[in-house]
Amino acid sequence: MSAVTTPITAPTTTHDGATEHHYLNHSSGFLSWALTLDHKRIGMMYLAGILFAFFLGGVFALAIRIHLWNPNQDPDAAWLTNATYNRVFTLHGAIMVFLFIIPSIPAALGNFLLPIMLGTKDVAFPRLNLGSFYLWITGLIFFAYTLFSTQIDTGWTFYTPYSIEAKSAVEAATLGVFILGFSSIFTGLNFIVTINTMRPPGMSWFKMPLFLWALYATSIIQVLATPVLGITVLLLALERTFGIGIFDPSLNGDPVTFQHFFWFYSHPAVYIMILPAMGIISELMSVHSHKGIFGYRMIAYSSIAIALFGFLVWGHHMFTSGMADVTTIVFSALTFTVSIPSAIKVFNWLGTMYQGTVALNTPMIYALAFIFLFTIGGLTGLFLGALATDMHLHDTYFVVAHFHYVMMGGTLVAFLGGLFHWWPKMTGKMFNDPMGIVSAAIVFVGFNLTFLPQFVLGTRGMPRRYASYVPEFQSLHQLSTVGACILGFGLLVAGLVLLHSLFYGKKAPMNPWGGATLEWECSSPPPHDNFSHPPAVGDPYDFANVEYDGKTGGYYKKKK
Amino acid sequence: MADTHSHSHSDHGHADGEFSHPMPVWMLLAVFFALLGLTFLTVFQAQFDLGSLEIVFSLIIASIKAGLVIAFFMHLVWDKPLNAIAIFSSLIFVALFLGFTLMDAQQYNERLIMDPKNEILENSTPKARLIKASE
Amino acid sequence: MGRCAFQDPISENMTEVAAHTDGHDHGHHDHPSWLAHHFDDAEQQFDSGKLGMWLFLVTEILFFSGMFCAYVLYRNRNPEVFEFCSAFLNEKLGAINTGVLLFSSLTMAWAVRASQLKQHKLLVGMLGATLGCAAIFLGVKSVEYTHKWSLGLLPGRMYVAQMENGYHSDVDYLTPLCIAPAVLTVLFALYYVYSLVIASKFHQRVAGPLLVAGLCFFGGIYLGQFIEGGEHHGDSHGAHADAGHGEHASHDEEHAKEAGSETPAPAEASAASSDTGVALVSTSSGPLHDVAVDPKEAAIPNAEVNNQGMAGLFFSIYYCMTGVHAVHIIGGMLVISWLIVKAAREEFHSKYYGPVDNVGLYWHLVDFIWIYLFPLLYLIT
Ligand code: HEM
Ligand SMILES: [Cu+2]
Repeated sequence: MSAVTTPITAPTTTHDGATEHHYLNHSSGFLSWALTLDHKRIGMMYLAGILFAFFLGGVFALAIRIHLWNPNQDPDAAWLTNATYNRVFTLHGAIMVFLFIIPSIPAALGNFLLPIMLGTKDVAFPRLNLGSFYLWITGLIFFAYTLFSTQIDTGWTFYTPYSIEAKSAVEAATLGVFILGFSSIFTGLNFIVTINTMRPPGMSWFKMPLFLWALYATSIIQVLATPVLGITVLLLALERTFGIGIFDPSLNGDPVTFQHFFWFYSHPAVYIMILPAMGIISELMSVHSHKGIFGYRMIAYSSIAIALFGFLVWGHHMFTSGMADVTTIVFSALTFTVSIPSAIKVFNWLGTMYQGTVALNTPMIYALAFIFLFTIGGLTGLFLGALATDMHLHDTYFVVAHFHYVMMGGTLVAFLGGLFHWWPKMTGKMFNDPMGIVSAAIVFVGFNLTFLPQFVLGTRGMPRRYASYVPEFQSLHQLSTVGACILGFGLLVAGLVLLHSLFYGKKAPMNPWGGATLEWECSSPPPHDNFSHPPAVGDPYDFANVEYDGKTGGYYKKKK
Repeated sequence: MADTHSHSHSDHGHADGEFSHPMPVWMLLAVFFALLGLTFLTVFQAQFDLGSLEIVFSLIIASIKAGLVIAFFMHLVWDKPLNAIAIFSSLIFVALFLGFTLMDAQQYNERLIMDPKNEILENSTPKARLIKASE
Repeated sequence: MGRCAFQDPISENMTEVAAHTDGHDHGHHDHPSWLAHHFDDAEQQFDSGKLGMWLFLVTEILFFSGMFCAYVLYRNRNPEVFEFCSAFLNEKLGAINTGVLLFSSLTMAWAVRASQLKQHKLLVGMLGATLGCAAIFLGVKSVEYTHKWSLGLLPGRMYVAQMENGYHSDVDYLTPLCIAPAVLTVLFALYYVYSLVIASKFHQRVAGPLLVAGLCFFGGIYLGQFIEGGEHHGDSHGAHADAGHGEHASHDEEHAKEAGSETPAPAEASAASSDTGVALVSTSSGPLHDVAVDPKEAAIPNAEVNNQGMAGLFFSIYYCMTGVHAVHIIGGMLVISWLIVKAAREEFHSKYYGPVDNVGLYWHLVDFIWIYLFPLLYLIT
């Protein structure tokens, strides 16, 4: 490493005497990034990567919505052919799930923040961390390959037997998923070990910020569930290359079992997506309300509870698959129980705001949007978890709306909130807060306009993944398409606000929001080794002696 | 030196920071011969037709062997409890996965039509393979 | 003790092996080269590595669980298929491989001990023995695989053993499989010679075990062929008859006719009964891949199970499980070779033996999986 990096030797100093030397200017050159073992740089590379994937997935999403502007009763007159449409929605789903949402918060924000919030120099296995990033890149390459060959048209779920017969690049996609799975496993494994063995003196489990609890819970799922996805897609790839028949009904294979395999991973995977988002919200709620988090232990425990109980409900995706009746009943009952820990969190967040000094800045607006949208998403999940209603709603737009409310309204919005929240820390630049709020407002409006109509469409019987529909549905579909464009515009604004800050933003103070967790005790951006002196570990949500300092425009912790 | 750390070994505090536990050679050999003996036993047992008990027997023997490997060769008995928890929880999750999936398969089994002679295979689409018994 | 986790960033460079001489606010000892800079002390580094490895093993277990699930599912559904097909597997080779793997586990565990006690030579020897056992295992497995391929016992849709007159392929699968190991062995031999020429202790210690392992692979091939060759009639005929006992019966008959045959153990023959062997007429023995099941003789009983969707499915499961396991063996061989290099450099001691320990854990897990695979696949009666 040292051969390719050029350490800066003469750091400049700022008014408060801290060194100006930080991880971004610690060394320079392409290789100093490409071969870095610094968790912060790896996090930033991940951030760039997943934002690219998000953009790609977003383009496909807009293509879907534009296609559905018209009922397309006559396929020849439609914008996309039916076959192309299948490929577009599959790529949209697969890219968003495997390349964007799953790595988004843990691998980008988590990598950057976990060691700093914990008070360590790095994660336990820096090389593995870099390896995980390159596995992600490899996965991306596999997906890019499918893009430029025959694409995939199986849906992101790869259900057999269609995925066995499909004449599209399913092998490349499954291998891509396999590799991305390992990327995800390595991130999770690294986090578990770091939190278990590297906590500095004073950092006990219950002194940990809730974001770290959430990442820990997420990591448990990543380690326990992802291998099953690995073997599932591996068997599917073998199915296609050798015709092994395990999931192929024409060889006495059992396609229902494929769904069991797939959802054993993929239901827990939705918690891989939402748990870190919940962790972000816990931080945002407390910091921007300037008030200690309400029910710290309940939130911490409920993260772990969600992670573990999340393994008990996968069958709710298969109620109509030909699964046995008893099993559907058991899974339906269990589904209702796992919604309890999620509800606990929502109540705790609301309790945190109550009587707090709520600062309505960009991260907080996103956090509020999250609570609203996630609640809708979670509650509609209960409709789907009920057997009788799911018979009607399964594979309709109701499901599409449900999971977009939790994944996009939940995870993505929380991710944006977290990005705005920690952006000053990561880049050292303040963004334009009013414009950030505008972006949040546009995203919120656009999002609801896109997906509320889809609930209605679903209950009226509009099936998902269809390229055409009856003309009665057109007005709702058009509303949705308009919403999608507004949503896209909102995201564009958010991106521009952040980009603008890089060039014109004010220098960020150490602690712009008044947080009490450790990351706010190192300079913005943090130095290469995170802390110049060991931080005193205290209560992460004790704001009693966090005071505003007019000179720097930020907060500082009063020494007792 | 190690005792100030929240993450340190509390169960065996070595004043000098020593944490290795070389296993005595006799123990290694004893475990190996036990494993070998059990292998002979399982091969021997397979000579007899024990009916449905056979799988039970061979799994019990295999589990004893696996237990020996984990406990001694992987020195889990001397290891941190956390590592043991990790490995046992993996078994719990495997049980969960297999349990639900197989329970379900068992339940819908009677609705399946097995087609040993591949008749359906030859003259129908794959989808027709999973047919309700009502037919 | 003091922590050196937080130090002046300027003095820190990015190399993990940097020995810190200044900038330690609190540390009162330097980081030795084997201690990564972000760890406080040897024990923290060891514990982290070890927990990481156990978690990795957790993922491995869940990874394999999918295939075990498929196994139980289809065995439950069609137990007769599993009985029928298991007879094609040579339980003697399975047992030998089990023994080989168990022995390699012993040597691996011993290697850990040697690394803790700084017994450097013994350590290289034990790692070499482990590597050799792995190679034998793969050699035997190659024979088993190629033997089945030539009988058409292939996975799923590729399964052809049900063809009207039985199936036999004259394609030589074994030789191509041996090319890569042969090339490697030659390279190792050259490397060994080179190490002798330059009289480098270090290179000799690395090259020796590698060369032995290369040769062990061919030892495994020989062993496999020897046993499989002695039994092949029994195998194929027996299975084509009525699974299980037929196999033993045919051993018996062969035994009677072929004076030179080394094979069947008395214990196996005891299960035989003469009436099951009626249809089995033994033909002359030959080297493994020349042996054809005489098409005229090979009746095809069990048409119900002897087809792609039944027996083929069994062999899919068989190949997936043992194949993924074999891939793990190969992966293990790579890391063990890496350990041999480190061991030859005498890097390990009681505070730094984590790599040996962790690779050991991995290796034992591979053994652990096989402990279940063996009875589940080979010993179904
Ligand atoms: C509050 C708890 C939740 C419940 C009770 C719930 C329930 C359900 C049910 C029953 C379905 C199956 C609908 C069907 O296909 O007929 C479903 C689908 C889905 N849910 Fe949820 N859900 C919850 C939370 C979440 C969260 C937090 C996420 C992700 C962040 C999520 C993501 C998904 C996805 C992606 C699907 C559709 C998968 C597909 O078929 O493509 N859900 N949910
Ligand atoms: Cu679910």
